[in-house]
Amino acid sequence: MSLKELSKKMERLSPGHRLCAGCVAPTIIRMMTHAIEEPIVVGCATGCVEVSTTIYPYTAWRVPWIHNAFENVAATISGVESCYKKFKKDGRIKEEIRFVALGGDGGTYDIGIQSLSGALERGHRFLYICYDNEAYMNTGIQRSSATPMGASTTTTPAGEVIPGKKEYRKDLTAIVAAHNIPYVAQASPSHWSDLMRKTKRAVDADGPSFINVLSPCPRGWRYPTEEGIEMARLAVETCYWPLYEVFDGEYKVNFKPREKKPILEWLKRQGRFRHLMTPANEHIITGLQEKIDKDWEKLLAMSK
Amino acid sequence: MRKIVALVGADAVANAMRQVNPDVVAAYPITPQTEIVQRFSEFVADGLVDTEFITAESEHSAMSACIGASAAGGRVMTATSANGLALMWEVVYIAASTRLPIVMGVVNRALSGPINIHCDHSDSMGARDAGWIQLYSEDAQEAYDNTIQAVRIAEHEMVQLPVMVCQDGFITGHDLERLELLDDEEVRAFVGSRKIEHSLLDLDHPITVGPLDLPDYYFEHKRQQAEAIERSRAVIDEVAEEFEELTGRSRPKVFPYKLDDAEIATIVLSSTSGTCRVVVDQLRERGVKAGTLKIRCFHPFPWQEIMEALRGVKAVAVLDRSASLGALGGPVYLEVRSALYAAEMRPAVVDYIYGLGGREVRLADIESVYSDLSRVVETGETGAMVRYLGVRE
Amino acid sequence: MTESKTKPGWKKIPIGGLILEAGNAERYETGDWRAFKPVKDQEKCTNCLLCWILCPDEAVIVKDGKMVGFNLTYCKGCGICGHECPVDAIKMVEEET
Repeated sequence: MSLKELSKKMERLSPGHRLCAGCVAPTIIRMMTHAIEEPIVVGCATGCVEVSTTIYPYTAWRVPWIHNAFENVAATISGVESCYKKFKKDGRIKEEIRFVALGGDGGTYDIGIQSLSGALERGHRFLYICYDNEAYMNTGIQRSSATPMGASTTTTPAGEVIPGKKEYRKDLTAIVAAHNIPYVAQASPSHWSDLMRKTKRAVDADGPSFINVLSPCPRGWRYPTEEGIEMARLAVETCYWPLYEVFDGEYKVNFKPREKKPILEWLKRQGRFRHLMTPANEHIITGLQEKIDKDWEKLLAMSK
Repeated sequence: MRKIVALVGADAVANAMRQVNPDVVAAYPITPQTEIVQRFSEFVADGLVDTEFITAESEHSAMSACIGASAAGGRVMTATSANGLALMWEVVYIAASTRLPIVMGVVNRALSGPINIHCDHSDSMGARDAGWIQLYSEDAQEAYDNTIQAVRIAEHEMVQLPVMVCQDGFITGHDLERLELLDDEEVRAFVGSRKIEHSLLDLDHPITVGPLDLPDYYFEHKRQQAEAIERSRAVIDEVAEEFEELTGRSRPKVFPYKLDDAEIATIVLSSTSGTCRVVVDQLRERGVKAGTLKIRCFHPFPWQEIMEALRGVKAVAVLDRSASLGALGGPVYLEVRSALYAAEMRPAVVDYIYGLGGREVRLADIESVYSDLSRVVETGETGAMVRYLGVRE
Repeated sequence: MTESKTKPGWKKIPIGGLILEAGNAERYETGDWRAFKPVKDQEKCTNCLLCWILCPDEAVIVKDGKMVGFNLTYCKGCGICGHECPVDAIKMVEEET
């Protein structure tokens, strides 16, 4: 899959969508839709992508696409996939179609976790992609369970008494892996080749698959628009967002940085962590570093 | 071959679903609907249907999956009750606004709280603004007949709306009754196959379903829905006529009983209509000009048929098996009274909230209603607008 | 009646909120969002096509494997292309007003 080859393929998402300048989500969508050869049907949870790509009467989607509500894209795609299975049995449809559910961290980690779990457990053949921008960005940067500890959001603002979010982020990738589905992975748009390889592997799996993709947000994270890919890269190089996959239950870390960068390198670039750069809040950064180190060691131990 | 069988109401609906043989059923169990889902699961396990059956992990997901499957072009059915319906409230609206012909059996049960698993109409009445067509069934035969007709009504090109087929929880749902099942082939021929204009699985014509409407388009989409449910009035009657030709069973929107010369009348939905008819017969033997009107199709509200049927009646009692707390009266009362506002000769109209949470309604209770109505006619005084039948003071 | 007469009424639009014209967002020109636009140094460019795959708005034009320019109809001026270009072949310059 060279970029040259891919540049000849039709884009499944059209330009003219209204995602923010510098939003990495459409880049992720482009990468992932390029990686899938078969025709696709996409389901989307309410959120940045859904709202900005389908403002009636415009749609940026060149493939069949459905939005239902915030918490139910996995359930909705379950229905589409089941109908497809039925039509194939009947002979009404002959093509191989792949089903992709797309949700932000809001619609996946929190309100959508039930319908995701149900769809995974029932074994529908679909790929769930979470574009994780670490807060409910679409509605104004409110915290989600994916928001990192210490981050300032509009519902966990850095105030006089409380310095941002108090809880560590939820490890949703591990929760999904515990469903024992054929394929689970974490990916980043900064490592596009890895992301695309994982996408292909995911849709080839005969059952549910899940990829959690870090999706930096210039508005919510507060960095200059041109640095989105760099933010993702730093997250990987600090081992905050490890690139790994779980293929039939076997863990494999895909990228081990030559020099593991301290998390401060990532934190200091983003306005949402600015309040942590004081002696009073130093312990938060220390706590974050310790957690990252611990989790990284654990991951390495699980991986061959 | 048609068969006379003894089935509980839920089982009757499950059999209707079996004969329709939908593409997808996504459902979650809840008492007293459970029998529908369990029975249907048996049909699936025994290979009697070709349906893809999704055992959803909640009612919200069940209806969400139904929406996905229906938007993909499948014929989709499901069932629920009470809090299950309440849980899917948001997606019930979306099913209607996306114009998907989903058919859902609702086995009426009281909404919590307190939690109560017995019959009243608060669940389906609570969803009456969602844009679904609502049919109420008096007994297992009607539930069966309504389910089959619902498929045709929902999928009609002038309609394209989901339909709720209601029956009383436990009273009908768990009650063993005699009914006639049509031959499998007859049902297949009656429902035909779904004509799909647009579907998610049509790769040559990719569609976007469920976009964001800003203030410049939402109103127009809702106006379309209003038009569709109005157009469904004629379609509901057309389908009923065709069904009558097939079965000999008449299924109009309302069932007048001894109303031609009636002076006093009750208006009622579902199983209690049987009780009313028995009381009417007893009263008639004593020379009282009593009648009753059963409403089968609640939404779209058959106001013209109701006005017509009540012509000449002097006092009407609406029996509401749910309350609309804070409103003038129960949901049926509100619509009936509103319809009668335009009548040349307005009868006195009173509301009886009854049977909440499965509270039994006896012949004596209905008799007392008619006595009240007789007193209204005699004295010319309507008295209290809303009364409570069968509650302990 | 204050509603614009140029937008279609309820009788003219598809039912159910469906959009039947795939990808018609193309008609919405996001290019007027930007304050900065990308400018390419042709000599430095190695046609690695990273700018192409990273652009959120498909504003990098590629022909026969060669990066030939920017689609200014859609470019929002985010600057990701310039920032990520491994040979510094792209600069963001202020848009003329």
